[in-house]
Amino acid sequence: MIPASFEYSSPKTLSEAISLLQQHGADAKILSGGQSLIPLMKLRMAAPKHVVDINGIAGLSYIKEDGGFLTIGALTREADVDASELVRTRYPLLADTAGVIGDPLVRNQATVAGNLAHADPANDHPATMLAFGASVVATGPKGTRTIAISDFFTGIFTTTLEPDEILTEIRIPMPQAGSGGAYLKVERKVGDFAAAAVAVQIRLDGDTFKDAGIGLTNVGPMPIKAARAEAALRGKAANNGTIVEAARIAAEEAEPADDLRGSADYKRSLVRVLTARALRLAIARAKGEH
Amino acid sequence: MSSTTPRTSPEIGGMGHSMKRKEDARFLRGQGKYVDDVKLPGMLYLDIVRSPYAHAKITKIDTSNAMAIPGVLAVVTGELLKQYNLHWMPTLMSDTQMVLPVEKVMHQGQEVAAVLATSRYIAADGVQAVEVDYEPLPVVVDPFKALEPGATVLRTDKEGKTDNHIWHWEAGDKAATDQAFAQAEVTVKQDIYIPRINVASIETCGCVAHFNKTDGKLTVWMTTQAPHAIRTVFALVAGHVGLSEEKIRIISPDIGGGFGGKVPVYPGYVIAVAASVLTGAPVKWIEDRIENLQAASFARDYHITAELAGKKDGTLQALRFKTIADHGYTDAAANPSKFPAGLFHIATGSYDFQHAFMEVDAAYTNKPPGGIAYRCSFRVTEAVHTIERMVDIFANDIGMDPADLRKKNFIKPDQFPYKSQFGFEYDSGNYIGALDLAMKRIGYDELRKEQAEKRKKGELMGIGISSFTEIVGAGPSKHYDILGIKMFDSCELRIHPTGKAIARFGTKSQGQGHETTYAQIIAEELGIPAEHVAVEEGDTDTAPYGLGTYASRSTPVAGAAGAMAARKVRDKARKIAAYLLEVSEEDLDWEPGKFFVKGSPSKSKTIQECAFAAYTNHPQGMEAGLEAVNYYDPPNLTYPFGSYICVVDIDKGTGQVKIRRFVAVDDCGNIINPMIVDGQIHGGLTMGLAPALYEEINYDADGNIQGGSLMDYLVPTSMETPSWETDKTCTPSPHHPIGAKGVGESATVGAPAAIANAVVDALWHLGIRHVDIPITPPKVWALLNEKGVAE
Amino acid sequence: MTMHKITVNVNGTPREGEVEPRLLLVHFLREDLSMTGTHIGCDTTSCGACTVLLNGKAIKSCTAFAVQADGREVMTVEGLEKDGKLDRIQEGFHQEHGLQCGFCTPGMMMTSYALLKSNPSPSEHDIRWGISGNLCRCTGYVNIVKAIQYAAQKPAE
Repeated sequence: MIPASFEYSSPKTLSEAISLLQQHGADAKILSGGQSLIPLMKLRMAAPKHVVDINGIAGLSYIKEDGGFLTIGALTREADVDASELVRTRYPLLADTAGVIGDPLVRNQATVAGNLAHADPANDHPATMLAFGASVVATGPKGTRTIAISDFFTGIFTTTLEPDEILTEIRIPMPQAGSGGAYLKVERKVGDFAAAAVAVQIRLDGDTFKDAGIGLTNVGPMPIKAARAEAALRGKAANNGTIVEAARIAAEEAEPADDLRGSADYKRSLVRVLTARALRLAIARAKGEH
Repeated sequence: MSSTTPRTSPEIGGMGHSMKRKEDARFLRGQGKYVDDVKLPGMLYLDIVRSPYAHAKITKIDTSNAMAIPGVLAVVTGELLKQYNLHWMPTLMSDTQMVLPVEKVMHQGQEVAAVLATSRYIAADGVQAVEVDYEPLPVVVDPFKALEPGATVLRTDKEGKTDNHIWHWEAGDKAATDQAFAQAEVTVKQDIYIPRINVASIETCGCVAHFNKTDGKLTVWMTTQAPHAIRTVFALVAGHVGLSEEKIRIISPDIGGGFGGKVPVYPGYVIAVAASVLTGAPVKWIEDRIENLQAASFARDYHITAELAGKKDGTLQALRFKTIADHGYTDAAANPSKFPAGLFHIATGSYDFQHAFMEVDAAYTNKPPGGIAYRCSFRVTEAVHTIERMVDIFANDIGMDPADLRKKNFIKPDQFPYKSQFGFEYDSGNYIGALDLAMKRIGYDELRKEQAEKRKKGELMGIGISSFTEIVGAGPSKHYDILGIKMFDSCELRIHPTGKAIARFGTKSQGQGHETTYAQIIAEELGIPAEHVAVEEGDTDTAPYGLGTYASRSTPVAGAAGAMAARKVRDKARKIAAYLLEVSEEDLDWEPGKFFVKGSPSKSKTIQECAFAAYTNHPQGMEAGLEAVNYYDPPNLTYPFGSYICVVDIDKGTGQVKIRRFVAVDDCGNIINPMIVDGQIHGGLTMGLAPALYEEINYDADGNIQGGSLMDYLVPTSMETPSWETDKTCTPSPHHPIGAKGVGESATVGAPAAIANAVVDALWHLGIRHVDIPITPPKVWALLNEKGVAE
Repeated sequence: MTMHKITVNVNGTPREGEVEPRLLLVHFLREDLSMTGTHIGCDTTSCGACTVLLNGKAIKSCTAFAVQADGREVMTVEGLEKDGKLDRIQEGFHQEHGLQCGFCTPGMMMTSYALLKSNPSPSEHDIRWGISGNLCRCTGYVNIVKAIQYAAQKPAE
């Protein structure tokens, strides 16, 4: 449980951090919450030669609505999201998600940005951001660029971030009237990764689905946007028949594997069950019934 | 009587008082002294290189890169230990186990070499740098396949061994039982697998070994539940390298949970001792959690074919079990030597069978050694799980309520002491009383009505009962020994001039509260306030010889020794009191803390006054001092019992089992400290919940462990654990000096069956008769899906 | 490889060290500062035995480097007792038998301490949820819940 040796820097500014990344390239790793990185280092499954600790950089911890988006800074902890009245009332999908990542101690350190940048297919926020249609802001030596979340994940533990870029902000479109969302996760015990989890964000117009976003967690090598299931909802009546059909399609879009959390068949069935349940909960929230 | 009514005042704190714990003072302040807290000048660190293969020849160990790291002092290998004949050691079951291999490894995670360094961090770097070449050999992980003719023979170190069969053991009357089965109206048969699990106490195993070259004394701080047995084993095994028993001191300091997992001698201890003997420096070895989960403290792993025979009216008549026991590559189980399958033959349970037979065959496989007595007495969890599942299957097959079937077949209160078909003499019991109380507390009849309603609507709800008989307190010297050492236990009690006391015992608490409960026993017998009785355990230089704490034996055996020693002290104090009061002993009466003259209660002497006199004014011809030693040889085991009832609701979409309620009624006879007893039960229930729904250790066909870290070995958190409801009946043990039976393991023994029975009860109407533990959501879902009722 | 000089405020006292970057915070406390009250129970950030407060937040000290605590405040179990008086959390664990072997207890108490600071009147569910990152093998959690409820009834210091 002892990591390999490394050099350590704790820059005080973003530009200092970025130039360290430029300097050390693939030998460097950003340390924010450390709740994914440090366990890997302790098992010696990761051995960066240079760790760049960004926890000392001011101005990176915020949750606020700005310019039509909910913006979340790089150092915003899961616990901050979990405790935010703003998130709880207007972005219940996000509140649900932050609350089931790891355990309360892990959530005090772990960051939302880190959960996305680490790109473990088992992580929870990717599916949620897919459902929201969110985007992320990457800051590098050439400045900032915005990346749509649907373009962000490219493989297991891989994203479109360059080695000299830091994920500095997450942007979730502000919900319009009639919006609701939910995240449902089946885990073997508290603190585990999902056997399967489903993120749903919908917008109702009366009793019709105006828009829908569905993300699937840990049922494939990458987080999955259940685009066909989404399409099966748009414009349809928000009734049981539609929900059941969309859930069935979402299950088809999953690509689960057999592992210690269950068989592929089990996980596929979970996706179907959880999609239906999440949709019902999202609808109730959209109507202010929950 | 539902609990022990105290006979002493709260100030004295004898039996029945929920006295707050004396040992808390240091733990609350973070001042417990656990093995990893021991720090000595010049201390070196040991870390272990382990095999990734389950079965492989070692062709080369290249230590050059490791030795090149500054701070790495040595790499210990099997070849080095072989020079001292320490590369193999005996196990507690008289088998042999490798300390470090010379030829081959036989389980994944097995110790291959050990790095000695100046710091923990450098030792870890050294381990990464040792290069080992292996030549994989065929792997055997299925014990049935291991026992087939032609299977790869694992123990090639045993001359003449041509198979993987370790031993065969049987009990009961085969012919009479077979005949009973042949003639029975109803027979039921079920294969039951109880998987391997790991103790996973929050503190892992470890030691600090310090051999002082000047005086030849070895001191070892060790996570051990049985320090004296360890000392004797070291003296016998390493006598040839100069270790002599009077110069070995084993110190078991504070232990962060034992549960049976800290009874065996693990190779790491022996390597650390050898390294210290060779260098003269203190050597610390503390295993990581992953090492612990992959190489140490395994239990269960029994494959049982169970059969019951009886009548259509619900009378149980005969029991027949055949078991294959998967022991891993060596029999390192901690069982009494005459009983390699432990006390598995308690399996007739709480029921009055007329005939019974069982046989157990143990097999070697390419797994780490198993068979730890993990909070199960010795194999009693396996026995209880099997009989309680079978009783439910029998009841449901004939359409009888499982509670009614149990009551019909319970051994009745007037049948005690009861001789079972397997030869145990149960001391006392009131099984109907416990079950009735549990049924009342849970509202059994209403629940059955609710279940019937829910079934009509397709909702899955189950009620499960476990009415167990435990067997603890090993044990009478006639039948019980470990490596030949009889299983007595001891107390050495000394009263000081000012009336305070010190009591030392041969057991070793790992959280059970002996510093408080043993003091309460002394307080009960002598009326000296428990506050004034210092209790010590665990240092073999000062504690009297004992076999340690496991199998719930402390209260039944060492607690009895404490009571007996206290009574000897009281007998001498009576003589002193008579002398001081100038009366004869027969003229004196006793109340806790005081002798007084019959008819003249104002003429009295307190125990404190007697103690003072023992040193200042003792009668001529009497030895001064006031102390006694007792080595207690229990006349019998004790038989705690209980009834547990569990209510579950099953989610048809996810397969998740939610425990709605769990009522545990326990009877452990007279209770020393009700608060501590309840704590033991809460913890034990949680350790029964764990294997019922969450925990298992599996291996793939290549012997790779599946889930060898706490990420996948699912120890329940506060969220998985229900709010346990407890109650008591009290049926004292007639043969125990204070009528107590012991309770540490009852809940771990009884709980899994209650939960499994509840789940099967929820699914019985779908045609499901049995589900092996752990009953995980995917397992449940697969059954529901197969029956077409999954959401 | 560069050693780093750090100053960590531990239980109100500045403590200095010169450490490797890879030194885990839990080892800095236990070995460099000889404060062995914080314990190690696993190697996968799963058990919570190592819980301390970092700038008032309960974290797993096995999953942080000592260098991350430079210039920051750490509170450990040794800091609960003030001027010879036990904290209400410690009182609660003692009165309600919330500990048996004591190994998970320091971490459990630090989590409980932080829990009551942010939620002074927690429900049983709040408590169980709040301690769900701390494993206990001995108590079955029932008395730990009672210990925290006991403490919640007493005034905070």
